[in-house]
Amino acid sequence: MLEIKNLHATAGDKEILRGIDLTVNAGEVHAVMGPNGSGKSTLAQVLAGHPAYEVTAGTVTYEGEDLLAMDPEVRAQQGIFLAFQYPVEIPGVSNAYFLRAAYNEIRKARGEEEIDPMSFADLMDERMKLVEMDPAMLSRSVNTGFSGGEKKRNEILQMAVLEPKLAVLDETDSGLDIDALRIVANGVNSLKRPDNATIVVTHYQRLLNYIVPDFVHVLAGGRIVRSGGKELALELEEKGYDWLLEGAVA
Amino acid sequence: MSSSIETLVNREYAYGFVTDVETDTLPPGLSEAVVRLISGKKEEPAWLLEWRLRAYKRWLTMKEPHWPNVKYGPLDYQSQSYYSAPRSVKPLQSLDDVDPELLRTYEKLGIPLAEQKFLSGVAVDAIFDSVSVGTTMKEELKAHGIIFCSLGEAVREHPELVQKYLGSVVPHSDNFFAALNAAVFSDGSFVYVPKGVRCPMELSTYFRINSEGTGQFERTLIVADEGSYVSYLEGCTAPKRSTSQLHAAVVELVALKDATIKYSTVQNWYAGDKEGQGGIYNFVTKRGKCVGANSKISWTQVETGSAITWKYPSVILQGDNSTGEFYSVAVVNNRQQADTGTKMIHIGRNTKSNIVSKGISAGHGQNSYRGQVKVMPKAVGARNYTQCDSMLVGNECGAHTFPYIEVGNNTAQVEHEASTSKIGEDQIFYLKQRGLSAEQAVSMIVSGFCKEVFKELPMEFALEAQQLLGITLEGSVG
Repeated sequence: MLEIKNLHATAGDKEILRGIDLTVNAGEVHAVMGPNGSGKSTLAQVLAGHPAYEVTAGTVTYEGEDLLAMDPEVRAQQGIFLAFQYPVEIPGVSNAYFLRAAYNEIRKARGEEEIDPMSFADLMDERMKLVEMDPAMLSRSVNTGFSGGEKKRNEILQMAVLEPKLAVLDETDSGLDIDALRIVANGVNSLKRPDNATIVVTHYQRLLNYIVPDFVHVLAGGRIVRSGGKELALELEEKGYDWLLEGAVA
Repeated sequence: MSSSIETLVNREYAYGFVTDVETDTLPPGLSEAVVRLISGKKEEPAWLLEWRLRAYKRWLTMKEPHWPNVKYGPLDYQSQSYYSAPRSVKPLQSLDDVDPELLRTYEKLGIPLAEQKFLSGVAVDAIFDSVSVGTTMKEELKAHGIIFCSLGEAVREHPELVQKYLGSVVPHSDNFFAALNAAVFSDGSFVYVPKGVRCPMELSTYFRINSEGTGQFERTLIVADEGSYVSYLEGCTAPKRSTSQLHAAVVELVALKDATIKYSTVQNWYAGDKEGQGGIYNFVTKRGKCVGANSKISWTQVETGSAITWKYPSVILQGDNSTGEFYSVAVVNNRQQADTGTKMIHIGRNTKSNIVSKGISAGHGQNSYRGQVKVMPKAVGARNYTQCDSMLVGNECGAHTFPYIEVGNNTAQVEHEASTSKIGEDQIFYLKQRGLSAEQAVSMIVSGFCKEVFKELPMEFALEAQQLLGITLEGSVG
């Protein structure tokens, strides 16, 4: 599904990614871990096409296509979803209106008809249960005045509605209490299917108790310094990152 | 941070066409003789000619104001014509007499005037250059005792009403452009809603400038008698021309005891090209007077067009417990400039005013909010709330706020809130990541920003306003 080769990216004149190689197949869950400043979030943003980052070398192939040549909205329409670490507030635009617009754009890109408001309301009813969200949230402005936990839940609701092929969760666990963490993780798990894949970017092992990865990668200094199975996360929990960092910083 | 937010070209202005009709146009220039000629063409009574001449003489002693925060070259008042009318328009018996070319023009603008195509629930007065070409739904309104016609017709048919109220809110000597208007106004709409009548439909005037080198000076007068209600809409377009045209209109609203007037404008005059060539100079005086107790006047405006906008729809709150409202969205893109806001003058006891202003600046546009809240010494219990928000799209535009607050009574409560935000790359990226294009994203963010104002517009206008906003801002992000 996704093949990243020798990916280099800069923000301004600072090189952050220094040669990432990563392959993700349908049905897999990958965890990308690493200390602060290792480039985890940058990787997530680059996959989504954030304009603040420039790719200076390498390739990213998504479903056989050159991902880097696509505009961010095209990537979204093709099934890439980024759950933001810091979801953005859009005052005055209701959550329901925004979600339906997004949903319809993605349907249009797939050559499907736009959904009418009634059917969409039914869909929302069903999906909101996945994240145990109060229906009143739908009429509130997108993320405006939401608590940290509400924002993260709202991200997962969007994921549940838009049904991406490849979801990238960027530090979705940060700022969540244990109950919210469980709800968010349940949401993500229930969306898992053999034909989609998830990349979970996280600093802590905690989230991986709930979302069990098939692969764990440790990022440091803009490179993947170690890959393994889910037991690698436990090892990191125990030993910290330091033992992997020696020699990683170029 | 805004590397990808850049100004590109605007979408083509869809209303920029010219209608080819024979016109009766006065040669350029302004003099007492021209004022007399206009009055003569309209076969006006002596009192009105006198009023015009007083205004003209006063105007000669006045100076063009330059305190607004806008820049433009000197205006030559002798180089433009002060009267232009399609030759075929004579006092009409019915809409069947309207020149088919004019009917086609309005149809193209989305305002069908032909009887069988009436907009449901809306009566329209169509003003083409200086004259009214037709008013729809007149008979039905008449059944309710409502008068809706051109001002010229009102002068002929209802002189006592016009004489009583014309200039009662905006005197002939009020300001430079109002005095000019009083001297040379050509036509406009007149509305009278009798006591206790709730006008059963929206009344609407559609202004169209067509001729080149003419100014447009229409004048609208709306009188809501005791306990009545009327909602009035105003729309405007003009052809694309490389030279600027002056539009100096006056609107007067009179609300008697327990009456409510709701006045909505969607202003889409030609804004000039992206270098700022051409476009309408929209220098307008709009004012309402809550004469009676418990009366209410509410202004809602969506200003997307014009090269320069200079207007302050205001309310004089004379009656006790009267209410004034001002809801405004002003958008500037490319080289557009707007200096707009309101004045709320609290005179009566327990008078209330509410101001919500949303300014959006894109391209090289400059947008200023200018508002005055004045509480007179006898206005016991007066309350005002002002909210003034600015949004910037890109790095080359500007937003300015000039609030003036004068409180002469210590029981008054005056609140002012202001904010300035920049449409963020992060907001746009967030929406794009959900599959929306940059333009959809900007349009959604801006619509959200303007929501409090849009919800004040009548339904069919709200949609149009939202679309216009999208068109005006199209191309403002790269």
